[in-house]
Amino acid sequence: MPAPIRLRELIRTIRTARTQAEEREMIQKECAAIRSSFREEDNTYRCRNVAKLLYMHMLGYPAHFGQLECLKLIASQKFTDKRIGYLGAMLLLDERQDVHLLMTNCIKNDLNHSTQYVQGLALCTLGCMGSSEMCRDLAGEVEKLLKTSNSYLRKKAALCAVHVIRKVPELMEMFLPATKNLLNEKNHGVLHTSVVLLTEMCERSPDMLAHFRKVRQLSSSQLVPQLVRILKNLIMSGYSPEHDVSGISDPFLQVRILRLLRILGRNDDDSSEAMNDILAQVATNTETSKNVGNAILYETVLTIMDIKSESGLRVLAINILGRFLLNNDKNIRYVALTSLLKTVQTDHNAVQRHRSTIVDCLKDLDVSIKRRAMELSFALVNGNNVRGMMKELLYFLDSCEPEFKADCASGIFLAAEKYAPSKRWHIDTIMRVLTTAGSYVRDDAVPNLIQLITNSVEMHAYTVQRLYKAILGDYSQQPLVQVASWCIGEYGDLLVSGQCEEEEPIQVTEDEVLDILESVLISNMSASVTRGYALTAIMKLSTRFTCTVNRIKKVVSIYGSSIDVELQQRAVEYNALFKKYDHMRPALLERMPVMEKVTTNGPTEIVQTNGETEPAVLETKPPPSGLQPASQANDLLDLLGGNDPVIPTAPSSKPASAGGELLDLLGDLNLTGSPVSAPAPQITQPPFLLDGLTSQPLFNDVAAGIPSITAYNKNGLKIDFTFERSNTNPSVTVITIQASNSTELDMTDFVFQAAVPKTFQLQLLSPSSSVIPAFNSGTITQVIKVLNPQKQQLRMRIKLTYNHKGSAMQDLAEVNNFPPQSWQ
Amino acid sequence: QIHFILLFSRQGKLRLQKWYTTLPDKEKKKIIREIVQIILSRNQKTSSFVDWKDLKLVYKRYASLYFCCAIEDQDNELLTLEVVHRYVELLDKYFGNVCELDIIFNFEKAYFILDEFIIGGEVQETSKKIAVKAIEDSDMLQETVEEYMNKPAF
Repeated sequence: MPAPIRLRELIRTIRTARTQAEEREMIQKECAAIRSSFREEDNTYRCRNVAKLLYMHMLGYPAHFGQLECLKLIASQKFTDKRIGYLGAMLLLDERQDVHLLMTNCIKNDLNHSTQYVQGLALCTLGCMGSSEMCRDLAGEVEKLLKTSNSYLRKKAALCAVHVIRKVPELMEMFLPATKNLLNEKNHGVLHTSVVLLTEMCERSPDMLAHFRKVRQLSSSQLVPQLVRILKNLIMSGYSPEHDVSGISDPFLQVRILRLLRILGRNDDDSSEAMNDILAQVATNTETSKNVGNAILYETVLTIMDIKSESGLRVLAINILGRFLLNNDKNIRYVALTSLLKTVQTDHNAVQRHRSTIVDCLKDLDVSIKRRAMELSFALVNGNNVRGMMKELLYFLDSCEPEFKADCASGIFLAAEKYAPSKRWHIDTIMRVLTTAGSYVRDDAVPNLIQLITNSVEMHAYTVQRLYKAILGDYSQQPLVQVASWCIGEYGDLLVSGQCEEEEPIQVTEDEVLDILESVLISNMSASVTRGYALTAIMKLSTRFTCTVNRIKKVVSIYGSSIDVELQQRAVEYNALFKKYDHMRPALLERMPVMEKVTTNGPTEIVQTNGETEPAVLETKPPPSGLQPASQANDLLDLLGGNDPVIPTAPSSKPASAGGELLDLLGDLNLTGSPVSAPAPQITQPPFLLDGLTSQPLFNDVAAGIPSITAYNKNGLKIDFTFERSNTNPSVTVITIQASNSTELDMTDFVFQAAVPKTFQLQLLSPSSSVIPAFNSGTITQVIKVLNPQKQQLRMRIKLTYNHKGSAMQDLAEVNNFPPQSWQ
Repeated sequence: QIHFILLFSRQGKLRLQKWYTTLPDKEKKKIIREIVQIILSRNQKTSSFVDWKDLKLVYKRYASLYFCCAIEDQDNELLTLEVVHRYVELLDKYFGNVCELDIIFNFEKAYFILDEFIIGGEVQETSKKIAVKAIEDSDMLQETVEEYMNKPAF
């Protein structure tokens, strides 16, 4: 068998391949050769073969069949083998591999090898990728080596310990003794790695941190002063060729020390004080012409800002950052912005001074710089600078990359909400964002904006006009269209009546408004949600527009057969609203009241979309008392839902026909003949009849025994009451009314209303329909639930309205003939 | 802590990959593809830093090779540039006027040198002289052919 080709030979060959396929072929051929060589347990060429395998692995080809070979190489006595073996282990044998742990014994042996370079290999491998188990097994060895006087090994052992601690934090304690005199070394490698080790320990464990702040090191000095001394030596000592980088002595060590000082000084006055001087010294003496000096200054600034430094030092730090911002080097500007972002909360005023430079960075070409400048700009917005800042940020929104637009929009909304100098400005700003970046606005911004607009009552006309104009030209930006649809639906009446005060009112007809809403409905660009908004808006306009109700009805009925299930459901329900429940339509589609202010933590807060509550109301068909009390008192609602303790008035002899007297009815009724007492006990928000009424059967068999009554019989209209008592709640009586019509013409738009004495509560459920057909050919049924906790005699006043023979009819009556079983 | 170091050419060919965290092979490949694409698409006017997932990428181009380090949020980006530069200097000192070909044909040496400079994502030696000396001494330890043939395998 000819000797396997050398590594460099293979590399050269593979590089001559002109296509991927050619390369693959070469690789496969060589892999086959390597595999058979492995099978022959060839010691001589194992090293060469594994090296080749590692090369092919880097090209992206599988190399797992070489794992065990790496183990064999590590176990070999030859240094050449070990070197490649450990390299292979680090590349192929990470802790996810089954055979990973097989390395443990070899590593253990090599940690105790007579040759330091072998020990070094073992330490390196363990420190780069040892699993937790392996770390546990070998921690003792590492700890031993941490105490050796051989600096070459000591530095490696320190980083190995860092890795062990990262993998198995509980083992931290065992390294503590060895850290005692680590910093007494002169060797920079050991110093550096020791500082790293101490940093890791202090960061992970508050106990360790406390320990290191206080404890006396072997050389009778505490850690902080020791670090300060080392740092001072680095700065003050002359040129040291071994560690010099552009005139600065060992910047790597300087930065690590500064970082450790930061951790030690954080929230600790004593430590912070001890390092004040050196920080000032570093900050003022470090050469800033090259990157290396700036790296040190950067770390210094971070430390100053994080510890309890005196104010003079802090100002110095912020000024350094200010200078950084003006530096031509983009990297410097980048870190400046990052640092300012970290300090803007605590040193707000100082950072404010650099506001204009920061705003300039919005125009930078580097994406990361732009992002930081944007975040910082938002952090700096306050009541004083909001107008100017918003101008810049809106301009930024216009021109920035798409990945920023969502965050920028959200940030602008938030800032506007907090600092808007006027409502008009606020609305204008929102409009600007919606039209500029309308498609990037977050979904949850839409409900927030709607709430905002609703609560800016005096701006309604202006807002709806501007929104209308905005979507006239372009209705592709969904959030914009959603907000606009909602507003048009709510304030369409203001739009067509041309009431705008803030700017020149536009002339819009009802049809034009419906045109745009219908376009949104039809458009392919509209998302399903947007269509929902549009449809609901159109529906709402049926109570705000006067001439186009028929058109609206038509649109609504068309969508009753829409493929989109959501739209279809809405349309069907709205249709029903036109037909059977037309009497409820005005109330349901009323103007939205000013909403309770929901504290927003940020644009991500989800707020119930008011636009959605209407369909919800229709879907569940709650009793009318479930609706929000509108700002205009609706007598029906007050009567049925409210329990306002009404001061009893003198009984009126003749009920008038206006709605207001219904309230008087409550005061009229005498309670079992006794004189009306002082205001009856306050009935607060009714928990209502649903308490105690679960889905279990309400009615018990006793119900069969309660006789029904005819409550009303006049002009051909007869209303019967049948009764049932609740199983679970003896105070509840359920009355089912049946209205029938013996005349020869239908009674339409029939509405039944009822009032009961104060101590009772009443709940009226939806009627089966509003038409009582003629000739007793059908009835309207409706359920009334009465809560009678005091078991008073049941009495009721009823009011009936309906259309009959072309005229509107109305009647009031009192029902007194309730059977005792219905209330006792 | 440095999470990983990647060296790749301007055509996106990988020349060295050092991982200081454990990830599945597939994941590593995906990450490499992604990062190479991000960095190769950056133009001259941008900074050397890229926010990537919860890490920061620090990269610099030396001749035809890109050097890329992924560091954590609290690490010093400017210093990482110095770390990268130091590694290049070590390669240069060892190979003498190092170029991409040196690293291609002696990739294992590039790894050895890196391993004398960084362990577990942290710098272990800040002296150029000491680091290079360790490599050269180790090279001396590598057996001659006779020695190699005569030494036992296990």
